[in-house]
Amino acid sequence: MSDIVLEGRNLTKHFKAARGRGTVHAVDDVSLALRSGTASALVGESGCGKSTVARLLAQVYPPTSGQVLLRGRKVTGFREYRRQVQLIFQDPFASLNPFHRVRYHLARPLRLHGHARSAAHEKELVAELLERVSLTPVEQFMDKLPHELSGGQRQRVAIARALAVRPVALIADEPVSMLDVSIRLGVLRLLETLAAESGLALLYITHDIASARYFAEDITVMYAGRLIESGPSEALTQSPRHPYTQLLLDSAPDPARHSAPVPRLGARGEPPSLIAPPGGCRFHPRCPVAMPVCAGEVPGRTVLGADRWTHCWQAEARPTSVPGG
Amino acid sequence: MNVLEIRDLGVDYQSNSGAVHAVDGVSLDLRRGEILGLAGESGSGKSTLAHAIGRLLRPPAAITGGTVTYHRADGGAVDVLGLRGEELRAFRWAELAVVFQSAMNSLNPVSTVGAQIEDVLRIHRPTMKRNARVERSVELLQRVGISADRRRSYPHELSGGMRQRAAIAIALALNPEIVIMDEPTTALDVVVQRDILHEISALREEYGFAVVFITHDLSLLMEISDRIAIMYAGRVVETGAARALHDTPRHPYTLGLLRSFPRLHGPREELLGIPGTPPDLRALPPGCAFHPRCGQALPDCREISPSLRDGVSCLLNEGKGVR
Repeated sequence: MSDIVLEGRNLTKHFKAARGRGTVHAVDDVSLALRSGTASALVGESGCGKSTVARLLAQVYPPTSGQVLLRGRKVTGFREYRRQVQLIFQDPFASLNPFHRVRYHLARPLRLHGHARSAAHEKELVAELLERVSLTPVEQFMDKLPHELSGGQRQRVAIARALAVRPVALIADEPVSMLDVSIRLGVLRLLETLAAESGLALLYITHDIASARYFAEDITVMYAGRLIESGPSEALTQSPRHPYTQLLLDSAPDPARHSAPVPRLGARGEPPSLIAPPGGCRFHPRCPVAMPVCAGEVPGRTVLGADRWTHCWQAEARPTSVPGG
Repeated sequence: MNVLEIRDLGVDYQSNSGAVHAVDGVSLDLRRGEILGLAGESGSGKSTLAHAIGRLLRPPAAITGGTVTYHRADGGAVDVLGLRGEELRAFRWAELAVVFQSAMNSLNPVSTVGAQIEDVLRIHRPTMKRNARVERSVELLQRVGISADRRRSYPHELSGGMRQRAAIAIALALNPEIVIMDEPTTALDVVVQRDILHEISALREEYGFAVVFITHDLSLLMEISDRIAIMYAGRVVETGAARALHDTPRHPYTLGLLRSFPRLHGPREELLGIPGTPPDLRALPPGCAFHPRCGQALPDCREISPSLRDGVSCLLNEGKGVR
């Protein structure tokens, strides 16, 4: 097992809702570890707190409680931290400055973090970065403005910019969900290769559990601000243990399943408000196999195997069988 | 039994640097009561095509040619592109309704969902009594899974899934023969999306309307459609039954799309994807627009623009029966 690079321990983030309407429990007691050279996925629906976790790990804002550790130590100082942990956002149209050329976007972090020794060296490094993200021939791309690039090319520039500081961890928040289907694969492949080749610790945040199956070694599922299940990708997607993971998997479109009736889990309704989240397990109001205890107490972690765990009273009661049969 | 026939339809966007052919010679049939999936990437012309059918295009978009014929249930044929004034008003919504991607933008924010359904009835069924309108709006809301007490809710008081349900209820108010759904679930989470898809299938069974379902998500389309048309660079490159398209795709682009989706079940097949990026409509490559990204392109593909024959538009298939 490779070593842990970036770790969040018991992270909790509460926001004050507007006009004194209470507290939003965006993230509660989340612990995650990213290992070098490994892609991990954090999967959940909109509003589950996955992007807040990304921003906490990137220290964009401070946690209400809990800690973020880089190689086991707390890092203070914004720029020092940014040198090691980089973030890529969903929308490549919004994350690049429309007035600046590709060259500027890549040269700026090189200069700010002192990697470029001279103008010639800077140009060399920019070319190298473009090559790493397969924007070739580099001369053609260097002087382009963002509007002259396609969505996929822009996302590659954003990735190159993140790599410019030579980070040890990369957090990609829905990096392909705004791209066309035929080019998503290329960008995900690129991230995968970068993680494997440069020993980056990669966190792939997505709502698309099928892509997580293909591109991450392990998957952690989040629901309404809490982690509910984690495990190696294949094990988690093929034999989910938490009823919510099951629901997510049943709901995802799958062409291989067409015209076959979809088994309905009785989980109607939508995720709860995070201002007043349900007590106990936050999924219990929608859960088809909820028991009385689920409403009263937050389920603890049930370890199901190496790197495989869930937070579910059903699993606690029967740690070897699958919930709901 | 076609309810809609599109023949050789063309739509251009006028720009300073010349006309962009967003939809180029598209011919399609919509059968009564079927779900026709329209798939394509951004810029493929799928939304423009839908807007053209619904007569919703605004300048700089202009229809450059072709016909759209609507066949009434009683057998009369209507030239959709020729409708003017009152005729068009009567055709829209009563015969053909549209559900857009973002319900938040298509619903009126200062009017309750009940009032918006009743509005449709008030305009199109002037003889209908107020009580009957209220009754009908309650019935429609319940039919799409919204409880009657939500009739007085404003759009911002509803969740994303509920808003999309309300938009569907409004579309069904006059029992249209055709409902065009332009990415109706793209903004929704997968679990909610699944519920809405179930709802659409159930409503279709009950009312028997035909659906043109537009999305970039081919895997979703394969599940719910009867037939599918794949668009690329303004043209239909392949059409066929959903099952056939899934099992034996004939156009290399369809094949590429199918191999771009990670699958959740079964063995982890290798994903091949499609090299390159979708073309710029202002500078389309000559010949087949897909040839620069095609792994099986022949020398002729660079020069000859293939036409849709027997459900596929590809030189590999023309006469030779390759693949």
